Amino acid sequence: MAVQETFYEVMRKHGITRRSFLKFCSLTAAGLGLGPGYSGKIAHALETKPRTPVIWLHGLECTCCTESFIRSGHPLASDAILSMISLDYDDTIMAAAGHQAEEILEQTIEKYDGQYILACEGNPPLNEDGMYCIQGGKPYVEKLKHMADHCKAIIAWGSCASWGCVQAARPNPTRATPIHKVILDKPVIKVPGCPPIAEVMTGVITYMVAFDRLPPLDRQGRPKMFYSQRLHDKCYRRPHFDAGQFVERFDDEGARKGYCLYKVGCKGPTTYNACSTIEWNDGLSWPVKSGHGCLGCAEDDFWDKGSFYSAVTNLKVPGGAESTADEIGVVLAGAAAIGVAAHAAASVVSHMTNKDRKEMNNG
Amino acid sequence: MSTTAASVHDPKYQKATYVFEAPVRIWHWLHALSIGVLCVTGYFIANPLPSLGGEASSHFLMGYLRMIHFIAGYVFAIAFLVRIYWAFVGNKYSRELFVLPFWKGGWWKDLFHEIKYYAFLTRKSHKIMGHNPLAQTAMWLFNVLLTLFLIFTGFALYAEGLGEGSWADTWFGWVIPALDGSQNTKMLHLLSMWVMLVFVVIHIYMAIRADIMDRESSVSTIMGGWRTFKDDQP
Repeated sequence: MAVQETFYEVMRKHGITRRSFLKFCSLTAAGLGLGPGYSGKIAHALETKPRTPVIWLHGLECTCCTESFIRSGHPLASDAILSMISLDYDDTIMAAAGHQAEEILEQTIEKYDGQYILACEGNPPLNEDGMYCIQGGKPYVEKLKHMADHCKAIIAWGSCASWGCVQAARPNPTRATPIHKVILDKPVIKVPGCPPIAEVMTGVITYMVAFDRLPPLDRQGRPKMFYSQRLHDKCYRRPHFDAGQFVERFDDEGARKGYCLYKVGCKGPTTYNACSTIEWNDGLSWPVKSGHGCLGCAEDDFWDKGSFYSAVTNLKVPGGAESTADEIGVVLAGAAAIGVAAHAAASVVSHMTNKDRKEMNNG
Repeated sequence: MSTTAASVHDPKYQKATYVFEAPVRIWHWLHALSIGVLCVTGYFIANPLPSLGGEASSHFLMGYLRMIHFIAGYVFAIAFLVRIYWAFVGNKYSRELFVLPFWKGGWWKDLFHEIKYYAFLTRKSHKIMGHNPLAQTAMWLFNVLLTLFLIFTGFALYAEGLGEGSWADTWFGWVIPALDGSQNTKMLHLLSMWVMLVFVVIHIYMAIRADIMDRESSVSTIMGGWRTFKDDQP
């Protein structure tokens, strides 16, 4: 592991041509929403800067982030980024194992104290002193805190690390907790999605190494270039929404014609991600394009927001049942109407039996 | 209606009083109208009508519904801003909506009296120029708190369409993470509409009931602004 090696040198070592390298730079610049001039700047940065080590930790997760990452749309270049990462530490795909692998973590802290990026996939469970996730004989939360103490910044890959995801869904028995609620003293970049889009992942890493700073983040800590718009805003089925043409059932004429999936539960109008622009698997497709509504996997607590086939949230009502806002509203308004009618009837009775008033009217 | 000699010299029991000034009345009706439009369009944005056939290019139903909803939202919010301004420069009744005099013992006494009155526990109704304490509390809850909640959640959702960095995002964008995301904000906005409808039902009932059964004018007061009393008892 040479200390002063640049990204470009690592890429060339892995057999990537200069042409592929430059294509990767321009693709990434476009993906980040930067002007044409920036592809040169990215190339220059990758050629001259010593590569930033990346440590990739896994907590409670399903490895779908890693699976997504290795299917990046530009395989050669992302393979290079992947190689650069695996040079350091990623317990899923690195060659080393056991004590040998764990040693790498200490070596990285020694060599690159305060310089490496800590990429976290999954989250730590906090109940029972973190015993629900043990790595190398120790709770994962201890490993996470130890590595976070010496890192430059943290990338929270996926919805697990960003929000909690399925293991944090009610009632969250292991108290799985997203990274930003465990590590409070380091910048955390959330890259939510279950999994996040591969190009978004490589884009975020490339931005950080090329410009040596965090990407601009929105209020909730997500990179603005990928998470500032809802799927709905760039959805190719949006004209059908605006026209009022909806799929009512998955086997109807509207479904065959590719109408808007809002009525069958598409969460596109409330989900921030880049699926409708970047799409998946090298731009092949994405959920709405395949005829199914968005599940809202990049949003906080998407498992706890009710049915995937209803666009509205279900509320817990007293008694343990669940209702939509409209169901509750109809009951409330109905109760008000009945209450008013009953009160009006009582008022009439009260009026007729009011002796004072009778006397007053007579007098 | 007979007039006793004593009340002739006491304007409180006699003359009509100008309670609701023109800006207050105009606000009331703009507020009512915009609530009506917002409820209907809002309901159909959340629960769209049956699909239209033909080409997408020949319809713009959801687009128009949303446009009308946004325009009515602006009317709702700007009218409320002007109403807040009027609380500073208007007469003392114009401030009743915003300031509950909870520090006054008499106000609480009157509040419990009104509750008893509407629960048929007493038949003695007080004469009140502006709002009685119960009505005032309801106005504050629904036409200040709930109205503000609807404005803040509404413009936060509107900001999602205008996009990151828009004026609405700068002012109201923080509401969405504070309310646990876009979907929850939308749901709470929709639920608030139903709460507002509950208020509308009770408010219209109370106003008409007061006009028929109580001692002061009610419906005509919000039309013309003058409060009159049907009897001259204190």
